[in-house]
Amino acid sequence: MNHLPVLAILVPLLAAALALFLEHRRFGVLPQRVVAWASMAAMLAVAWALARQAATGQVLVYLLGDWPARLGIALMVDRLSALMLLVGLLLGAACLLHACAGWDRRAPHFHAFFQFQLMGLNGAFLTGDIFNLFVFFEVLLISSYGLMLSGGRGERMRAGLHYVAFNIAASTLFLVALGLLYGLLGSLNMAELALRVAQAPAEDRALVQAAAGLLLVVFCAKAALLPLQLWLPETYTHAPAAVAALFAIMTKVGLYAVLRVGTLSFGAAGPLHGFAWPALLALGAATLVLAALGVLAARRLRSLAAYLVLGSAATLFVAFALARPGTVGAGLYYLAHSSFAGAALFLLADLVRRRRGAAGDRKDVIAAMPSRTVPGLLFLVAAVSLAGLPPLSGFIGKLVLLEAVPAGRLTFWIWLLVLGTSFMMLVGLARAGTRLFWRVEPWPDAAPGRHAGYVPAEALPAAPGRPLETAATLLLLGYGVAMVLAAAPLLDYTAAAAAQLQQPLDYVQQLRAAVPAIREP
Amino acid sequence: MELALASAIGILTAAGVYLLLRARSFDVILGLTLLSYATNLLIFAGGRLVAGKPPVLRPGVAADLAHHTDPLPQALVLTAIVIAFAMTAVTIVLAIRSRADNDSDHVDGQPAEREFRERELRRHAQARGTADDAREDGA
Repeated sequence: MNHLPVLAILVPLLAAALALFLEHRRFGVLPQRVVAWASMAAMLAVAWALARQAATGQVLVYLLGDWPARLGIALMVDRLSALMLLVGLLLGAACLLHACAGWDRRAPHFHAFFQFQLMGLNGAFLTGDIFNLFVFFEVLLISSYGLMLSGGRGERMRAGLHYVAFNIAASTLFLVALGLLYGLLGSLNMAELALRVAQAPAEDRALVQAAAGLLLVVFCAKAALLPLQLWLPETYTHAPAAVAALFAIMTKVGLYAVLRVGTLSFGAAGPLHGFAWPALLALGAATLVLAALGVLAARRLRSLAAYLVLGSAATLFVAFALARPGTVGAGLYYLAHSSFAGAALFLLADLVRRRRGAAGDRKDVIAAMPSRTVPGLLFLVAAVSLAGLPPLSGFIGKLVLLEAVPAGRLTFWIWLLVLGTSFMMLVGLARAGTRLFWRVEPWPDAAPGRHAGYVPAEALPAAPGRPLETAATLLLLGYGVAMVLAAAPLLDYTAAAAAQLQQPLDYVQQLRAAVPAIREP
Repeated sequence: MELALASAIGILTAAGVYLLLRARSFDVILGLTLLSYATNLLIFAGGRLVAGKPPVLRPGVAADLAHHTDPLPQALVLTAIVIAFAMTAVTIVLAIRSRADNDSDHVDGQPAEREFRERELRRHAQARGTADDAREDGA
């Protein structure tokens, strides 16, 4: 059997255990970093190999412990999982680079948490069993609590408690939905569920739909859809920079789960075919408007970045809820772009914050900013990309998405929504850039006392030069540029992934075909 | 048995949700714990309620659900219990730390805490006032 899929989970698990033993107070930080980077390189190699295999259109099934699929847990790798795996790891590499500039020394066990987080992400993308998805959700959430809170204090603790409590409540709902589904259908394998839903007796149908709806509510909570979005700006604003950047993929995990369960388990022609898409479309649109307003109203660069992440998740909800191969394919390209660009903005906010002394990254305060050329240029690239202006990746993603919107009653409104919110985000980003990078001196004729706390650039404490942090931001923006250069093959790949998702019965076939090799003990 | 279990799940869930919606971290943690108990019972009930039948195969007994209970929900519950237990511990530590750092465990932070204290002081003063009035009336 091909053991590649399980390696993507085992490598970070072992690396996390190792990093836990190589405590940096005793051995210095170098051994931990070596372990972290070795594991990252190995995972990237595995993800690349998996993507190459998945690109042929084959659905790889791996039976854990060689149990037959209906008894044990199966990992499944298709184009979508391979893409998500690769995006998560590329983002992780940039965050790790940023953390190696010094944050990993301040937060105890940073590397162990980080590897566990990657393990949870990889597992969530690879698993084909819905209870196993819950377990990997927990793995990635628990390590995200650790990443967010270790080395922090004060307000971050309060925001962290809210984040933890909210996620535990969501996980409890997840379990309720799983209990109902198992009780009604007798299976928790995602592909198997597709068949069982179609065969469910008519009197159970309402309950099955309720369970499926609960499941979607949980995923939407993770992906921050409208009534459940309040946790996101608060949490992301208070998280340390490298961690907030990594969290840009966390909302995408929820979206991935919506797409996976929505197309695979409840997507096959049956009573539940596409039952949630209209509601998700409306809520996604509302979230997008709210996120655009948030971008306009944000007073700090970090909360502006958080609202942009919210906006990108909402755009993806709109794209996925239209449920056409074209929109889903464009959405997947946009997903990769928005993860990288959003993360870059979080890292940038940290660069800006440390240069401005007491003013931090607040944009309503006029403050001097020494050596602002590099952050200014990086901000320009990130803002152009996030607002969806040509020639960067955001433009391509939105263009392909708008082209793929099916002609009909809704076309005009969706175009208006996407373009209108893009314009609002553009205004918000332009205002932030102007205030942070250009208005670095008080108005000469301002009322006395208006700029009482102003500190000139010479008096500011010198920001520690950490070239690795700039390099990490550059790397993330470089991914975006690479996505433009390789746009044609990437869009072909995402379109093929979307087409594959429309054929849920292929997955069942592959799963049934995977028979364990019976070995003599 | 079904009725007892179903009402237990219902009551636990209702109490859990009520506590979850309160403003103090202790109530919220208690609510999360009750909710997780309710969930565990629900998953367990997903394998149907059968008394006196083992979940593991025995030699000489036909391997079907007429002679055994479904073992899978029991395994799922075990996983869920472990996770819920660990998460309760984490939340308690986090709540204590947050209260120590921020001087308040109110969900809305310091301003809400100050408001709450002022309201309580006013209420106490009022109660003391009425008590004094009553004593004067009695005397």
